[in-house]
Amino acid sequence: MQVFGLYNYWVVIILMMIGLYVVIASGNLIKKIVGLNIFQTSVFILYISIGKLDGGTAPILVEGVTSYSNPLPHVLILTAIVVGVATTALGLALAVRIHGAYGSIEEDEIQEQDNAS
Amino acid sequence: MSPELTAVLAVIVPFLGSIGIGLLDQYPNPRETVTLILAATLFLLVLSLIPAVTAGHHPGLRLVEVMPGVSLALEVEPLGLLFALIASGLWIVTSVYSIGYMRGNHESHQTRYYICFAIALSATMGVAFAANMFTLFVFYEVLTLSTYPLVAHKGTDEAKQGARVYLVLLISTSIGFLLLAMLWTWQAAGTLDFVKGGILRDRVDPGLLPLLLALYLFGIGKAALMPFHRWLPSAMVAPTPVSALLHAVAVVKAGVFTVVKVTIYIFGIELLQDTNASTFMMWIAAFTLLAASLIAMTKDNLKARLAYSTVSQLAYITLGAMLVNTTAMIGAAMHIATHAFGKITLFFCAGAIYVATHKTQISEMNGLGRVMPFTYGAMLVGTLSIIGLPPFGGLWSKWYLAIGTLEASQWIMLSVLLISSLLNIAYLLPIPIYGFFGKTSGQPMATSIKEAPLPMVFALMFTAAGCVVLFLFPGMLYGLTALLF
Amino acid sequence: MISTQLPALQVVIPLLAGPTCLLLHHSRLSWGLATSASWVALFISLALLDQVLATGPISYELGGWAAPWGIEYRIDEINAFVLLIISGISAITISFARASIEHEVHNKQVYLVYTGWMLCLSGLLGIAITGDVFNVFVFLEISSLSSYLLISLSRDRRALTAAFRYLVMGTIGATFILIGIALLYMMTGTLNMSDLAARIPSVSDTRTVKIAFAFLTAGIGLKAAMFPMHFWLPNAYAYAPSAISALFAGTATKVAIYLLLRFFFTIFGVEFSFETMKLDRILLPLALAGIFVASTVAIFQTDIKRMLGYSSIAQIGYMVLGVSLVSVTGVTAAILHLFNHALMKTALFVALGCVFFRVGSVTRGDLAGIGYAMPWTMGAFVLGGLSLVGIPLTVGFISKWYLIVAALEQQMWWLAGLVLISSLLALVYVWRVIEIAYFGTPGDRSTEIKEAPATLLIPTWILITANIYFGVDTSLTVGVAERAAQALLGNVS
Repeated sequence: MQVFGLYNYWVVIILMMIGLYVVIASGNLIKKIVGLNIFQTSVFILYISIGKLDGGTAPILVEGVTSYSNPLPHVLILTAIVVGVATTALGLALAVRIHGAYGSIEEDEIQEQDNAS
Repeated sequence: MSPELTAVLAVIVPFLGSIGIGLLDQYPNPRETVTLILAATLFLLVLSLIPAVTAGHHPGLRLVEVMPGVSLALEVEPLGLLFALIASGLWIVTSVYSIGYMRGNHESHQTRYYICFAIALSATMGVAFAANMFTLFVFYEVLTLSTYPLVAHKGTDEAKQGARVYLVLLISTSIGFLLLAMLWTWQAAGTLDFVKGGILRDRVDPGLLPLLLALYLFGIGKAALMPFHRWLPSAMVAPTPVSALLHAVAVVKAGVFTVVKVTIYIFGIELLQDTNASTFMMWIAAFTLLAASLIAMTKDNLKARLAYSTVSQLAYITLGAMLVNTTAMIGAAMHIATHAFGKITLFFCAGAIYVATHKTQISEMNGLGRVMPFTYGAMLVGTLSIIGLPPFGGLWSKWYLAIGTLEASQWIMLSVLLISSLLNIAYLLPIPIYGFFGKTSGQPMATSIKEAPLPMVFALMFTAAGCVVLFLFPGMLYGLTALLF
Repeated sequence: MISTQLPALQVVIPLLAGPTCLLLHHSRLSWGLATSASWVALFISLALLDQVLATGPISYELGGWAAPWGIEYRIDEINAFVLLIISGISAITISFARASIEHEVHNKQVYLVYTGWMLCLSGLLGIAITGDVFNVFVFLEISSLSSYLLISLSRDRRALTAAFRYLVMGTIGATFILIGIALLYMMTGTLNMSDLAARIPSVSDTRTVKIAFAFLTAGIGLKAAMFPMHFWLPNAYAYAPSAISALFAGTATKVAIYLLLRFFFTIFGVEFSFETMKLDRILLPLALAGIFVASTVAIFQTDIKRMLGYSSIAQIGYMVLGVSLVSVTGVTAAILHLFNHALMKTALFVALGCVFFRVGSVTRGDLAGIGYAMPWTMGAFVLGGLSLVGIPLTVGFISKWYLIVAALEQQMWWLAGLVLISSLLALVYVWRVIEIAYFGTPGDRSTEIKEAPATLLIPTWILITANIYFGVDTSLTVGVAERAAQALLGNVS
């Protein structure tokens, strides 16, 4: 039960591995960015899980409630999400520029052109 | 002018002068004039230090403390003064010779040549007047770097290759061994100052002293102890004046000078005597001495033969230092001077032959003496002086070295010295003999061959005369070196 | 009082200058603003260092919120020194940048360079100044994102792929750091560095903390281009505009090394990092492998900027080596080398920038005979190169001296020997450039090549002079580095 009870952490680990695998294994720049996104998302879930308390509620003072979730990790991850969005945007922009310059977004084709020149 | 200031000036004047040479790039005559003025000024500066030193003072100056216990500092002591005198005095002669050689040979990049030469002299003065091992090390490295462009001067693949060997061997020994030895010393003694009697007593385990000494001596690659001697033959691709002043006098003597300094002022003679730490390095020196002589016999290229002869003669000095008694030490110090005059003469002759005939191989030089009598006469003088025969200066240093071996009861070393002198005769004397009496092989001697340009002949006659003067008046030399103790 | 607000201003001034450059939308005006902001940042960091040396560490509550809730800026000897390095290098390279950037970046994009530059600067300064680990992450991303931008602005299309690769690697590294921070927060409930340092010992035997340590080490190591996590660096340095390479060479990896020091020594503590986790046993071989492998690879590079990139990886190895000795002298050597390497590598990149300005290339073949066409530039390169090799009277010698003394202190003779041997590799790759520059046969175009203009030469020679000055007068650098090392190691015991 203990293992299953922490299923969200398993999700984090699985997502993280999938993300990393995509980043490493795929030669397509857009797919790399997708992989990077999945990888980052896993960490977002990690943070959200840390803050969540079993049976706790949102940290708004309400009568009759004694246990609240910790808001701080949630706030932190909001920042990280923004950073993630910025990274994705920049990555995509670079991919567009690379496509303009090389006419391809496949790593091996770009490599070939670089070697040829 | 105070002697302290003079010592500082001696180091910086050639350096500043090199800037002047650089500015006169387009004007060869004023440029060479600057070189000559610099050389003369430097010699006068060094000369003016003699009274203070013979009076027993050691004028010195601490410039800046770089790290705790490690500072840039100058100090004039007798051995350094002797070395500085020889280097700066011979610079004048070499400059005259250079002008003849560089112009006679239509060399390119002459400005770079004179700039680097001046910087090298600046570094030599720094080595001579260093008050501690760190300062010496700094100038030692500057000397290596500033002579690199001189060795690579011709810019051919051969020259670049030779210069690479030169640089890599000298820098790697100095960084790999010498710096390590210095750091060890610094850690053990907390200082790197040259102190009479040494700084290592009771600070380093006596069992480790031979190792430290080996690190020092192999680290001083300029002393050309085998197996780290290859740079010297490689340096022979340089123009001959460079080989003459730098690779027979300034650079190599900076090496053995450092060896003597380390022996006297870092280890201390008594410490080495008490612990017998120098025995191993003495054998290395003896081996180098004989092996280099044997290799020299196989070389047909004149400069290569002279280079191996230098390796062998440098080992005399190292051997003298490793015998660790005052007589041998005096012999070693005197050999710095006498060998300098002898060997520079031989190199000057080699350069003169090259400029006049473009010949480099000894086997092609038969009979040349008859058309170049002055050159070959000087060569004979230089040869005899290096062999150690009267009436030439080389006799005295070998004399003291031999007595030093007797004092140390090193009979084997005495025989090494004697065998080596025989070998000297075998590989050096035939050159002038065949020059004068040899039959010109093959085609008849071209009638166009005559003596080299006048400045060159003048220079080589002058240094040859120096060999005689050193024989007649050894007192000055002995007086200075005896002040060491 | 303005002087009490200096810590905030240190970061805020470049942070505001960045968007303003964007709004100005004008090359020269943006440059002027960015340069002034950079110099102001330098003076602020000087004032801060002075204050720290005089009165001890400064604690500053951002926005007036006290430490556990608000963000604390905490400045002690080590980060005051790092701030000085970053702002100093930035101020000098940006003074150099104007002509060089206009030459190497498309006209319409020049203002973007200075926008990115300012953001990058504020990010780097922020990492160094903050006392809050999450804040570290935020500033790290500010500096990283802007550096991807800066690299991609080069006219060379290969810069785009280099920037992309850096983006992927950098993001993975930053995310690792984020994970590490999350795990630490999970166990201690705080993000403040000094609170973390106080609370970690009580939970240090849990697996979570150990994994956090592993993630942080890997993440920061990636950012520092620590061998074998260095693959992003050579191309990024090689294809970025010269001034940008110079900036990064002197600052970006240095800040990452600072973070390593901060996390290992201040936050986790010597006992945990080096006794429980035995990190030194990993760092030492990696550092040595990095030094030798990267130096050897550098020898075979034909693009000189790429060569210097590999050389940087090797030099980072020296810093890590100093850290892995876990002694005051070792850490002093690491901090000294942080400063010294910033000086020499920036000087070299800036000199190459001058070459690129005139020659339009920095491949070895194009440099043949350039020593005579550009005597001042190549003179600077030679001196910088000698500093890299560690010839006495240059800063490189001082670093090496302390590193070897640190090794000898622990009777590690073999290590001292290896360090000395490795500097010979540096000699080889530096000398290959010098040889071609002075003894190579000049190509056809060589007669058109002139010396670089004074606006480029003056900053270059300021850096070279600094290389020599700090190689002779070491009282400032060694003094500060020693105090910083004592503070880092003393905190724990």
